[in-house]
Amino acid sequence: MTLDTTRLRDLAVSDGGFVFDPVTGQTFTVNDTGLFALRALKDAQRVDDIAASLASVFEVDGSEDIARDLDGFVSRLREQGLVR
Amino acid sequence: MMHAIDATIAVTGVNATDNPAPGVAVARALRHEPAFAGRVIGLGYEALDPGFYAPGLLDGGAILPYPSHGRAAFFERVKELQKVFGLEALLPTLDSELRSVARLESDLAAIGIRTFVPALDTIERASKPQLHRLADGARIRVPDSETVAAPDGLEKLVRRFGLPLVVKGLYYGAQIVHSEADALAAFHYFAATWGVPVIVQRFIDGIEFNVAALGDGTGRMRGAVAMRKLALTDKGKGWSGVTVDNPDLMTLAESVVGALSWRGPLEVEVLSEQGGDMWVIEINPRFPAWIYLAAGAGQNLPYVCALLALGLPTPRELPPYRVGTMFVRISLDQIADLDTFAQLSASGVLEMRQETPA
Repeated sequence: MTLDTTRLRDLAVSDGGFVFDPVTGQTFTVNDTGLFALRALKDAQRVDDIAASLASVFEVDGSEDIARDLDGFVSRLREQGLVR
Repeated sequence: MMHAIDATIAVTGVNATDNPAPGVAVARALRHEPAFAGRVIGLGYEALDPGFYAPGLLDGGAILPYPSHGRAAFFERVKELQKVFGLEALLPTLDSELRSVARLESDLAAIGIRTFVPALDTIERASKPQLHRLADGARIRVPDSETVAAPDGLEKLVRRFGLPLVVKGLYYGAQIVHSEADALAAFHYFAATWGVPVIVQRFIDGIEFNVAALGDGTGRMRGAVAMRKLALTDKGKGWSGVTVDNPDLMTLAESVVGALSWRGPLEVEVLSEQGGDMWVIEINPRFPAWIYLAAGAGQNLPYVCALLALGLPTPRELPPYRVGTMFVRISLDQIADLDTFAQLSASGVLEMRQETPA
């Protein structure tokens, strides 16, 4: 899946998972896996690759669960107008 | 580096309550600038206006006659205060004062008090009842709106705009209403509070942004700071906010300033729809109550306004403001000297004691 993640580059993301969108003033927090995914999306990595990295880095079994959760995360970002 | 100010400046609207006037924020912004070596005289309408009691904020204060007493009474009072304090500039911060000050500009200048406010015609063209007419000339989007002088006009507008819609007072306040009955109640409330007409505006579902700006009267915007409110009071006033970086907001403010050759401070209230369309819902011809955020974020618009009022040099370009700078208001109890209250109550003039160097 290819996403337009240009808007994500605007985001200020702290190591603690606090995210500030300087264009809209919106703030939100993400957990460790969300932070990992968000940074990977900012780097324009493919969603499939991010799912594989998440499984590896966080030592999680069940690639379908990861893919589903990642899809949900991307959908939330899309709702906020941060990915297209 | 800003040019120094060594002048006595009067700032109105020091009633920093839960629905604060901008005066305290403007006074703080002046004091915030290292080049400020002047005096700030706070002007209010009640002896208990909280700004009079803020430690280190003012060098003096005075009570003004209410705007309902008319322009002549206002001018006479300012003349008296000029003799007491040696006022050299007046920065009005309340909507209810702006028309009087704009009309009195040359009279005030004649007694040595300079201002930097929008022309009367500009204030009228940007006013709530006339805002929708500005859309074409300024190339901005303004929600459809109509003025209503009697409640029987509401039914037609409910049909035309649909529900919900927004009912606004002539000077202050807005309510989103979801039924014709609520619209009627809001009409009566605003008509009783601020008089008629009442403004009825199509509802726009979007995120609100506010831009504080300063025009120099030639059509050039000297500076602007955009902010999104993060927390509201039950009256809908911003209790916390954060500066944002959105070029569309700056373009919008520039369009308003350019179209009206705006002179002085203004606040543009904007709604941004999900699809990105931006609507100007209100233009206030003064600084907002949150204006200290502009100074705190690196763009001291009140100080530049004071420089312009005094005819002093201003920087060619103001520095960009820091995006992500927040303000968070706080309610706290100031310990006050009874003498402050006594002076303001008895004579309407507060003369601060100068501290003697040790």
